[in-house]
Parts: sequence; structure tokens; C-alpha cells
Amino acid sequence: MAIDFGKLADIFVTNWPMFLHGIYITVLFAIVGTVCGFIIGLIIGSLKTIKVNDYDKPIIKILKTMMQAVLRFYVWVFRGTPMMIQAVFLYYLFKPLINWTSFEAALVIISVNTGAYMAEIIRSGIQSIDKGQSEAAQSIGMSHFQNLIYIILPQAIQNSFPSIGNQLIVNIKDSSMLNVLQVTELYFQTMSIAGSNMRFIETYLISAIIYLILTSVASFILNCLERKTNHEGKKRHIDFCS
Amino acid sequence: MEELLSVINLQKNFDELEVLKDVSFSVKSREAVTIIGASGSGKSTLLRSINLLERPSGGQILFHGQNIMENSFDVNSYRQKVAMVFQNFNLFNHLNVLQNCLIGQTKVKKIGKDEALDKALYYLEKVGMRQFKDAYPQTLSGGQKQRVAIARALAMEPEIVLFDEPTSALDPEMVQEVLDIMQKLAKEGLTMIVVTHEMQFARDVSDKVIFMDKGIIAEEGSAEDIFAHPKNPRTIQFLSRYRQSFV
Repeated sequence: MAIDFGKLADIFVTNWPMFLHGIYITVLFAIVGTVCGFIIGLIIGSLKTIKVNDYDKPIIKILKTMMQAVLRFYVWVFRGTPMMIQAVFLYYLFKPLINWTSFEAALVIISVNTGAYMAEIIRSGIQSIDKGQSEAAQSIGMSHFQNLIYIILPQAIQNSFPSIGNQLIVNIKDSSMLNVLQVTELYFQTMSIAGSNMRFIETYLISAIIYLILTSVASFILNCLERKTNHEGKKRHIDFCS
Repeated sequence: MEELLSVINLQKNFDELEVLKDVSFSVKSREAVTIIGASGSGKSTLLRSINLLERPSGGQILFHGQNIMENSFDVNSYRQKVAMVFQNFNLFNHLNVLQNCLIGQTKVKKIGKDEALDKALYYLEKVGMRQFKDAYPQTLSGGQKQRVAIARALAMEPEIVLFDEPTSALDPEMVQEVLDIMQKLAKEGLTMIVVTHEMQFARDVSDKVIFMDKGIIAEEGSAEDIFAHPKNPRTIQFLSRYRQSFV
């Protein structure tokens, strides 16, 4: 059990184009997954606020109940199963239908998977907003969705920003699971390099260091953004008239 | 004068609890109506039912003769005409004072930018908060927040404003600044329904006073009737502390 540190630089210099490509794909997956997952989460978190009212027409009640059941099912399944299994299952399930590449499938799967987590983050963010905010919005005649878009979501997103950003860090690491689809992200590249030079310890150490650098940079950027949004939360000027 | 708003046999239950039993009253245009009564008598529920923040269990509410509880009724456009001022202000925390007064105008009423800005500034001036237009709610005192909340309601140019215990959450020294503004508005002929514990204010501004007790209107009359010559024993009892000190 020994790490040959002398080999580290060697391996990196020999294989840097492969590492670099892996970094590129990993970062791409993480960013696309987080952004698309955030959008999915916003939509689902918002739809989850639609409650069945006593005075709704029966058909509306049924539709609302069905929609809530579908949303619950989505979150339940995608949070409750490993992304690796989702990836393989969905890739082969839809392959005959839409003939997608594994790269396209990987982008969709990480987004849909992140969306399930984001939906819960947004939902709890919405719940953390004082009921009075909604009542005030209603009292000036805002519809449910105007209330969400102009009043509730801006505050909910600001409050849950740390959890939303955390998903980016999770995705940098978890995108490694998409190697099952043979996409050339960082973990897949590491496997390939180690498979050819047989220097498993050193190659995986390089990979670990790269992941650590990526997550550190991401959390640094997120911290800056968080400080900025908190600061601007007090001062920012959104032009509501435009 | 035309009846602007009529509440007819209104009932509201929260599960088994009957909060409003059978409430009927009406408000004319330019009238200031105050609702007084002990905590738990149903005052706030009544007010919240009027703009459908609470869905009544039975009875009718007529606005310009139209039943607002019908399914086909456009609740959102009704609420633009029936503004509300809350006990806890409920200013939009992520918006500054000016934006709080603009958002309803521009996003709900779809009024143009310049006109909305003029109105927002006009009403902020009226409540003495124009110089705070760029401040965020968390930097304001309770009294200032409530004045902004009043400006936000007025900027919608509603036909009636509902005040739900607007001074109950304020420190004592801030109560008067809010009451003064409300009194000014009442004098200018703003139609208002005010749920309040401020008896002197109710006496000074009310065209009509409603005393509620256990989910019903126990007594209703002019300020003079209720405060100087109450008839119902419950009213007499409720007002006894106030009347000892003032009458």
C-alpha cells in the first residue's frame, strides 16, 4: 500500500487531454442538471401549492387530486432510487422510442433526478414564507400564480438558496454515476486511464483531487452569490413597471 | 344612498366551531363602519369573509347587489376593489416601499408605469411615507409599516378598505400616527370597515358601530347610540371600562 507521488505528475501530464475532457463533461452535466433541475423544481414546487378546495367543482377536485398524486409519485421514485438505475432503465426504455444518445439521456436523467430534490427544496421554501404574504397578495387581487411569481417564489428562492446551491456540488460528484451510460465524464475517463496504465491508486487520487477542486470552486462561487443576493435583497431595485 | 356592500345571514364554521352564526349588516358608500367586540367574537373572521380570505359557510355577501359567493364571480377583480389592511402589515418583504405600492397597480390592474408611479407617490405622501420610498420593510417601525400598508391598499384605488385591527400589533406610541391617517381618510369619504379595539377612534370616526358578541351582532347603531346609550347588557358590560374613563 504505497502511493507513488512521483507518478502523479507523470500520469497527469500523459493523460491531461482525457482528464480535461472528463472535467468538461462533468461540469456540463452538473450545471445543466442543476439549472434544468431547478426549473423542474420550480414548476413542481409551484404546482404542489395548488390545493383542493371544498368549493371546487367535482371534476376540478379529481384533476387536482390526480395531479398531486402524479407529482408525489415522481418525487417519491426519483428520490427513492439510485440515479445509476434510473439512468440505465430510462435510457433503454426510451431508446427505441426516441433513439437518443447516451449523452442526451445522461443530461435528461441528471436534470429529472435533480428536479425531484429541487421540488422538495422549493416546496419547503414556499412553506417557510409567512402566510400573511399570500394573504396580502390575494387582498390586492393577485391570482394564485401572480402571487407565486411576484411574491412567494422570489422570497422562497432567496431563503432556500443554500440548499439549491448545494445541489450543484452534489451533482458534480453524482454525475459520476452516469458512467454506466458510457458517457465520458471524469469518473469514466479515470477508469479508462487507470485501466490502461494499471496505476489505480495514483490515477484515482488525481481524480479525487480534481473533484475536490471542482466542488471547492463551486462552493466558493455559491458563497459569493449568496452574499450578493442577501446584500441585494436589501437594496436591489427590480423595475416592476417595465 | 346606494348600499355598496350587504352581508346577509352570514355564517362561518371552522369544523364544529361556529364563529359567525347569523350576521347581517350593510355599508353605504362613503360610510365608516367600525366593528368592536371581545376577542373571539368573530370580528376578524367577518372582515376576512368579506374579501373571501375565509370562505363563508352560508349566507350571502352582495357587492353592488351582486352575490360574491357565486362560483362564476370573479374574485380577483372584486378584491382589487376591496382592499385590506392587516394587523401584521404583511408588506412584501422582498420589495421596497415604493415597489409595494406599485406591484398591485402594474401587475394586477395593468396600469402604465408613469401613472402607477404617480399614484404610488401620491398615496405615500398622504400617509407621510414618501421620503421612505426606497426603504425595505424590515428597516421600518411598525407604525411606518402600517402606513405603507395603507398606502399600498389605497394605491389600488379601491371602493372600500377593510382594516383588520390595524393598530393591535403596534407599540403604544405608534398607534396614534396610524389612527390619525385613518381618521383623515374617513373624513375624506373613504368607505371603510374597521375592526378595532380603539374605542375613542371608533367613537370619533364611525358613521355606524357594530358590536359583535359570540358570532352575532349584538348591537348596531350610530357612534352616539353605542357609546353613549348602549342598550344590550353585553354592550354595556363590554364598554363599561371605556365609559368609566370617558363618559
